[in-house]
Amino acid sequence: MTVSVSLTVNGEAVSADVEPRTLLVQMLRENLDLTGTHVGCDTSQCGACVVHVDGESVKACTVLAVQAEGADVKTIEGVADGDTLHPMQQAFHENHGLQCGFCTPGMIMSALDLVKNNPAPSEKEIREWLEGNLCRCTGYHNIVKSIDAGAAAMRG
Amino acid sequence: MTEQGIGAAVARREDRRFVTGQGHYTDDINRRGQTHACFVRSPHAHATLNGVDTAAARAMPGVRGIFIGEDMAEVGPLICGWAITDVNGEPHRAPPHPALAIGKVNFVGDAVAVVIADTLEQAKDAAAAVDVDYGILGAVVDPATAAPDGQIQIHETAPGNLSYEWAIGDQAAIDAAFEGAAHVTSLEFTNNRLVPNAMEPRACIAEYEDGTGDYTLYLTSQNPHVHRLVMSAFHGLAPEHKLRVVAPDVGGGFGSKIFIYAEEVVLTWASRHIGRPIKWTAERTESFLTDCHGRDHVTKAELALDGDGKFLAMRVNTIANMGAYLSTFASAVPTYLYATLLAGQYTTGGIYCNVKAVFTNTVPVDAYRGAGRPEAAYVVERLVEAAAAETGRDPAELRKTNFVPTDAFPYETPVIMQYDCGDFAGSMDQALDLAGYSGFQARKAESKAGGKLRGVGFSSYIEACGVAPSAAAGSLGAGVGLWESANIRFNPTGNVQLFTGCHSHGQGHETAYAQIVADKLGVPYEQVDVIHGDSAKVPFGMGTYGSRSAAVGGSAIVKAADKVIEKGRKIAAHALEASEDDIEFAGGNFTVTGTDKAMNIAEVAFTAYVPHNYPEGLEPGLDETAFYDPLNFSFPAGTHICEVEVDPETGSVSIERYAAVDDFGVLINPLIVEGQVHGGIGQGVGQAMLEQAVYDNDGQLISGSYMDYTMPRADDVPNYDVGFNGVPSPLNPLGVKGCGEAGAIAAPAAVMNAVHDALSDVGVGHIEMPATPLRVWQAIQDAAA
Repeated sequence: MTVSVSLTVNGEAVSADVEPRTLLVQMLRENLDLTGTHVGCDTSQCGACVVHVDGESVKACTVLAVQAEGADVKTIEGVADGDTLHPMQQAFHENHGLQCGFCTPGMIMSALDLVKNNPAPSEKEIREWLEGNLCRCTGYHNIVKSIDAGAAAMRG
Repeated sequence: MTEQGIGAAVARREDRRFVTGQGHYTDDINRRGQTHACFVRSPHAHATLNGVDTAAARAMPGVRGIFIGEDMAEVGPLICGWAITDVNGEPHRAPPHPALAIGKVNFVGDAVAVVIADTLEQAKDAAAAVDVDYGILGAVVDPATAAPDGQIQIHETAPGNLSYEWAIGDQAAIDAAFEGAAHVTSLEFTNNRLVPNAMEPRACIAEYEDGTGDYTLYLTSQNPHVHRLVMSAFHGLAPEHKLRVVAPDVGGGFGSKIFIYAEEVVLTWASRHIGRPIKWTAERTESFLTDCHGRDHVTKAELALDGDGKFLAMRVNTIANMGAYLSTFASAVPTYLYATLLAGQYTTGGIYCNVKAVFTNTVPVDAYRGAGRPEAAYVVERLVEAAAAETGRDPAELRKTNFVPTDAFPYETPVIMQYDCGDFAGSMDQALDLAGYSGFQARKAESKAGGKLRGVGFSSYIEACGVAPSAAAGSLGAGVGLWESANIRFNPTGNVQLFTGCHSHGQGHETAYAQIVADKLGVPYEQVDVIHGDSAKVPFGMGTYGSRSAAVGGSAIVKAADKVIEKGRKIAAHALEASEDDIEFAGGNFTVTGTDKAMNIAEVAFTAYVPHNYPEGLEPGLDETAFYDPLNFSFPAGTHICEVEVDPETGSVSIERYAAVDDFGVLINPLIVEGQVHGGIGQGVGQAMLEQAVYDNDGQLISGSYMDYTMPRADDVPNYDVGFNGVPSPLNPLGVKGCGEAGAIAAPAAVMNAVHDALSDVGVGHIEMPATPLRVWQAIQDAAA
């Protein structure tokens, strides 16, 4: 049995027929071919799958696709402005905030939600906010630095 | 140095695809007609396989095939590629590890059957319907008690669950040195078992094309050619020329993606039987249950000192847990990658080390970031710090008293290593500065006033990386050579493709290698592309592990560049009507000495491909391949200093300062090197304070998810102050030393020495890793009781 789900992803109206048990992250990756959203665990701990649903950061492995019916979803593929990287993406690049890149989409999506609510987060606030995002490569030093720089760039 | 040459902190070119979600990891790939695999895994640590009933599962929707161990009898078992000789002169015991279990399972997660179906959901549903009749046996879990007589026997061919007993050093001489010592420091501790946890789970897609007989395997691999070689030569899955292994973007490895695992063997074999591509991606719990774990030593270590604090001798006895089988390089880790580093940075007179490698009913243990060297550094640096405390010496001064002096290189250690160069005291001084050591007592007093304990800890580590001179590795039992390849291919329009046998899974080779080529050949950085990870594209190479990509892979690039220049010189001499001997090459230009007659390398490349006016007898084209076999390991070394504050009420430890000064020789890209140091320290802090793979007595992994296994999170770790004291290595053309593992090697001892220092104020003498709040609090209570 499948159900049809319609939603907006990165500004485009999309729909897909999925099993009721399909997770939002599976629908994004398998049905919509948006493979920038990653799956790094099965317990909603790693945060590699963070996307925005109606403007809030959400772990896409913890939401059923059917729950996103009618929602406005943004994934990492929708963050840049055409060829121009978003300031947060640019900050991760300039500050070597990524190594293998697997956690990076979730980190950036999570960081954007932080900065939306707290435009000038302290180092401590950044570190605490990231408790839902795991990285095994960077030791977090440059991720924290990147988010600080990205937030500053977004403040202008 | 040019702007984007060697030494420049170039921001990585690979970042763009990763920050925009355009990376191509294995699970992002889908092949036409693809099916999905789900493995049926043993829920028991040790059991006989009395029967596997697949009838019900076969009848379920979408199922295309179910295979068990007997179906794959033609496929060779998983192998260990490094042969250790036992103290009795016999080879180590390496019982066969069938990709799918035959007759018996030996750890929770051991693969019993594979179900292949049209969708992943169908495969999972059918896997749940496979009925396995297990005869449950008692499990061997604790390495310390795995090997005595009368124990439960795991493998018939490994009596007493012993894979090997191995030793290095003159035991009698060392025992005699201990007899004459003024002081002996003695410690017993474990080196906690870790789970590598690359953020991208292992995955593969195997595809067979009947029309050509070609297999393609997309795989999360650090070394695609090594996978191809072993799968061809030992598993007999396909001849090498018919097997293409592609390791696309790989999301971290840390050693865990070196090894040849059951899943890629099974899928490659099954793809021919099914006639469709088959995909498998580990769920995180599967990663915990099947990715090789790291460390897991039980050690007694002793250090003998004379009255002046000089180290006379060291004696170490270690039990190393190999898990249920010997994994691909497992046997080398607690031997040649461990005991050979026990000299540390010191002139210790003699060293004896005995290692018993034992089997248990747990996941196989193999190389994880540092692989043997973190265990060695922990032994040495805990001993030294404890000796300083016991003899009332300043830990920094005691180290300086025993450092190999800068004028003693090359230095032969008692454990078969020859250090090429170093400045151990210089790095120590720089680290003391960076850590603000002179202000420590004031900070300690301040902590005390607030009811907190403060401690400082040192780790003056050394490691051997850039594996490895092939002849040396071979003489020690390696089944492979450990050289590296590079192919520099100019195109007629002057841009360059570099094909390397190393593989980048976070290390930034696409940037750093392009910097080397740009620097050596004077080609604009933007005009150099780096290609890696596809056995159909790159020359045979050994891959990336053991911090070898700069020292070995980078040196191969330099060697290939030298060949390009030599050929270019001939072409330029002809075109410029000069003698070859009169042609100088610098900054991308071939110049006739003493004249302004010159030709740049792009023009030379064009001439090589459009050879209308060309030296007689010279082959067209500008495309050179080099294979580089290193002369020695490289020996990064440095001092890390950690300062912690402990809350005695809660037992929580916070790292207040962490300073690292490392000697990596010449830095190709300081931005990337700093990132490697940060990441290594992060993992080392995880080992010291947070992480441990815990098995219960039945062999169940009870820390088998991120809900249970404590991964370091952003608020668990500090900022790191990183400095460099590079002494260029004379043994490779770049003067580089490996930087990938140093942090993970140095950090556990630095953190734990700081914790011990802090807790010494309340009478705690010993605490094991990880120093969790519970463990610290309990130790404080016990000391007060």
